[in-house]
Amino acid sequence: MTRISVTVDGTKYEDEVEPRLLLVHYLRDRLGLTGTPVGCDTSNCGACTVDLDGVTAKSCSVLAVQADGSEVTTVQGLAVNGEWHPLQKAFHERHALQCGYCTPGMIMAARDLLRENPAPSADDVRHALEGNLCRCTGYQNIVRAVLDAAGSTEPSAQEVAP
Amino acid sequence: MSERTGEREVGRSRPRKEDARLVTGQTNWTDNIGVTGLLHLSILRSPMAHARIERVDVSPALQRPGVVAAFTGRDLAEGLASLPCAWPVTEDIVLPDHPAVAVDEVRYAGDPVAVVVARDRYTAADALEAIEVDYEPLPPVLDLEAALADDASLVHADKGTNRCYVWPLATGESYETVRERADVVLHRRYHQQRLIPNAMEPRSVVVTPLAASGEYTVYSATQIPHVLRVMLSMVTGVPEHKLRVVAPDVGGGFGSKLQVYGEEVIALDLARRLGRPVKWTESRSEGFLATHHGRGQIQDIEVAATAEGRLLGLKVDLLADMGAYLMLVTPGIPILGAFMYPAIYKMDAYEFTCTGVFTTRTPTDAYRGAGRPEATYAIERIMDELAVEVGLDPVELRRRNWIGHEEFPYTSIAGLTYDSGNYEAATDKALALFGYDELRAEQAKRNESGDSVRLGIGVSTYTEMCGLAPSRVLRDLRYGAGGWEAASIRMLPTGKVEVVTGTSPHGQGHETCWSQIAADVLGVPFEDVEVVHGDTRSAPQGMDTYGSRSLVVGGAAVHHAAEKVVEKARKVAAHLLEADERDLDFADGVFSVKGSPEERRTIQEVAFETFSSHDLPDGMEPTINAEHLLDPENFSYPHGTHLCAVEIDTETGRTSIRSYVCVDDVGKVVNPVIVEGQVHGGLAQGIAQALYEEAVYDDEGNLVSGTMADYLVPGAPDLPEFTTDRTETPATSNPLGVKGVGEAGTIASTPAVVNAIVDALRPLGVHDVRMPCSPGRIWEALRSAQSDRSGWEGAERS
Repeated sequence: MTRISVTVDGTKYEDEVEPRLLLVHYLRDRLGLTGTPVGCDTSNCGACTVDLDGVTAKSCSVLAVQADGSEVTTVQGLAVNGEWHPLQKAFHERHALQCGYCTPGMIMAARDLLRENPAPSADDVRHALEGNLCRCTGYQNIVRAVLDAAGSTEPSAQEVAP
Repeated sequence: MSERTGEREVGRSRPRKEDARLVTGQTNWTDNIGVTGLLHLSILRSPMAHARIERVDVSPALQRPGVVAAFTGRDLAEGLASLPCAWPVTEDIVLPDHPAVAVDEVRYAGDPVAVVVARDRYTAADALEAIEVDYEPLPPVLDLEAALADDASLVHADKGTNRCYVWPLATGESYETVRERADVVLHRRYHQQRLIPNAMEPRSVVVTPLAASGEYTVYSATQIPHVLRVMLSMVTGVPEHKLRVVAPDVGGGFGSKLQVYGEEVIALDLARRLGRPVKWTESRSEGFLATHHGRGQIQDIEVAATAEGRLLGLKVDLLADMGAYLMLVTPGIPILGAFMYPAIYKMDAYEFTCTGVFTTRTPTDAYRGAGRPEATYAIERIMDELAVEVGLDPVELRRRNWIGHEEFPYTSIAGLTYDSGNYEAATDKALALFGYDELRAEQAKRNESGDSVRLGIGVSTYTEMCGLAPSRVLRDLRYGAGGWEAASIRMLPTGKVEVVTGTSPHGQGHETCWSQIAADVLGVPFEDVEVVHGDTRSAPQGMDTYGSRSLVVGGAAVHHAAEKVVEKARKVAAHLLEADERDLDFADGVFSVKGSPEERRTIQEVAFETFSSHDLPDGMEPTINAEHLLDPENFSYPHGTHLCAVEIDTETGRTSIRSYVCVDDVGKVVNPVIVEGQVHGGLAQGIAQALYEEAVYDDEGNLVSGTMADYLVPGAPDLPEFTTDRTETPATSNPLGVKGVGEAGTIASTPAVVNAIVDALRPLGVHDVRMPCSPGRIWEALRSAQSDRSGWEGAERS
């Protein structure tokens, strides 16, 4: 067992974990943060994508011990005081999800893209999301949603908090 | 109380109610469920396609800390019936026994051999490697034709044959007769590769027992909680009234969760044996082996036609790969296609035979379209070949043969009554959007200049039978269940509405669409409606979701139930307003007295008056709630025209889709943006069959494409931007005028893409490319066409 300290969606946790425990299982099974799902076991599908210290990571391919001392943001940490992130709004408005299983990872990956490239082309969006598989939508509405969200300002706790 | 604005809900692109929990990570997937004392199940699977089990010893696994129990197939066999097949398509079908865990013999790589239950998922998975199994290899059975030979190795030795069934259909004139008078007879063989459905949510099941009273709740990532409840009861012997089945949020299905799986049975049985809650969640790689596959057919198709391209007759011989066992509807899948080969065309004779064949591979069953994409592919491919043969543009050939819009209702040669359609309108719209003539002109120019990047244009028309419904027809097809759907509407005291549906959505948006339907009929705000589904306790009756049936059967049932509510509420309103029922108007949720519109009661007020029941008409039952079970008289027949332009680099074999246009006619539309989404997703899966996906087995029967790294589910860069549009010819078989849309895109798109590819390469001597049309396959096809041609030219010279 190894002792780790991880901040997830703004809350700090300290735990003893098996060194082989995957970050996604730590989030889901230990912390009960089931908003991040598991879609495959070969890191192809991207459903488990989270933000790890400012970069996206497939949490099925990261050990919990590797996240020691890190800050993790999941889809459950995006809304601020109940206000949805622009990508969450755009996915809803553009019908960019059907079953919704890929959606948390898709939104996290798109958020990373928009930080790097605030004004992407449709082609940029498609390529940025190539590590995230969706079986329902054919991606067209996902691309539309990400383009819609581009340019919107991400809410931050400081701005919104009273 | 809020009142309606008057704008109709049906036809509006409402953003979905479902989305709030899905975009914020508050979804209730089955694998999210945790309960105190939960045990985790893991399953040891056969590494071999076919072998006799000589010995299984689970005792070393039991030595591991944290392992609670472990069982072999023999341990579990007692007390469990065979996994069910609900569609024995012929009287003399061969129905092998299908134990949830193999007892004496494994028949596909992935067949369960033993199970472990442990305190957590890692311990359970680790313990599998401690189980000892001795296998005596048996020959794999992989080739559909060789499997039917007299001396073939047998998948089920006790059955004496690999031939599962032979299902014939012959309608109209004798095919042989029309063949004799034909000017042109074309025969082709097409291969429908095996596909792996790959819903993004892996399967998962949690069973919680209440041991003292023998009650069990089964949470499963399933499309069919109601059917599952019946079947689990029959297989395990747990009385049906002691079983509650819940389909929580379910992350896609595409047919793969239209099943009664061994793991569901095992989890229930283990919860019963151990008196503790049990969870099983498949890993993706496990799912590649253990979740049923789709397609897997060899199609011999022959058309007989006149020199002018008029179809006279059609003959189809299918070999359909059942896999190792018959699962819930395995044998019926190709039969759903049997009626669709004649498609939208008129002809004088039709002959069809399907032979089901056992192989030592994962069982096949429903995958988006289920029989109809296969049929559409074969007929639309050969129509293109016929067009070439008789020297017609492929669109013109179709025009000469399709059913005219003035001919509806039309009874097809296969005996289906197509209620409505307008193939001319959909095709004309599609051609205009696509710029067909301009693209043909560009193609001619590029072919002439010998461009190394070839342009190909593919067309596919289609219709399909969906909205799986009429129970009597299903009986005639020997399907084990009916095709009705249930809806009930509860008017709550505060005027809010609960719509209880027997459909079981897993991404389709029923919560939104059923709210729209109910809101319109009841005249209440969309926001005041909640849809209850997927739990046999709160939504006790249903036939669930598959076969593009939910809206046309379940949504229509909601409409009817809501109408019944209005009629009951009218009685109460009339009584309260001291008026005759016939003197009441009802609009936008308000009953008013004709001529005195100030004398009014809203239906939501009536709901409260009914709750208090202080002043109801004499003898009236104190409720305005209503229920409706709908069993439609006909299927639903969407249709459409799809056009695809591809560019193929003849030096690399790489195909890129330059444009894709489809015009679908799904009748009236409840929510246009949801319909568009269904079409997009359908196109993606149909295109994926044409270009990317295939379950590949090696000579030993191992699944080679057994992970997402090897099996190419397309990503965003692999698919084009689609242009979708609609024509609207209302269905006559339901009050909403709607037709199914869930499978339409998948059905039409595969042949449109392959027709485009062959169209691009035909001037280079290529007449077919086997799916998936990967760069390698295209390059091979070009190379072999080139060597054929040089061989032929050489022969001529000599």
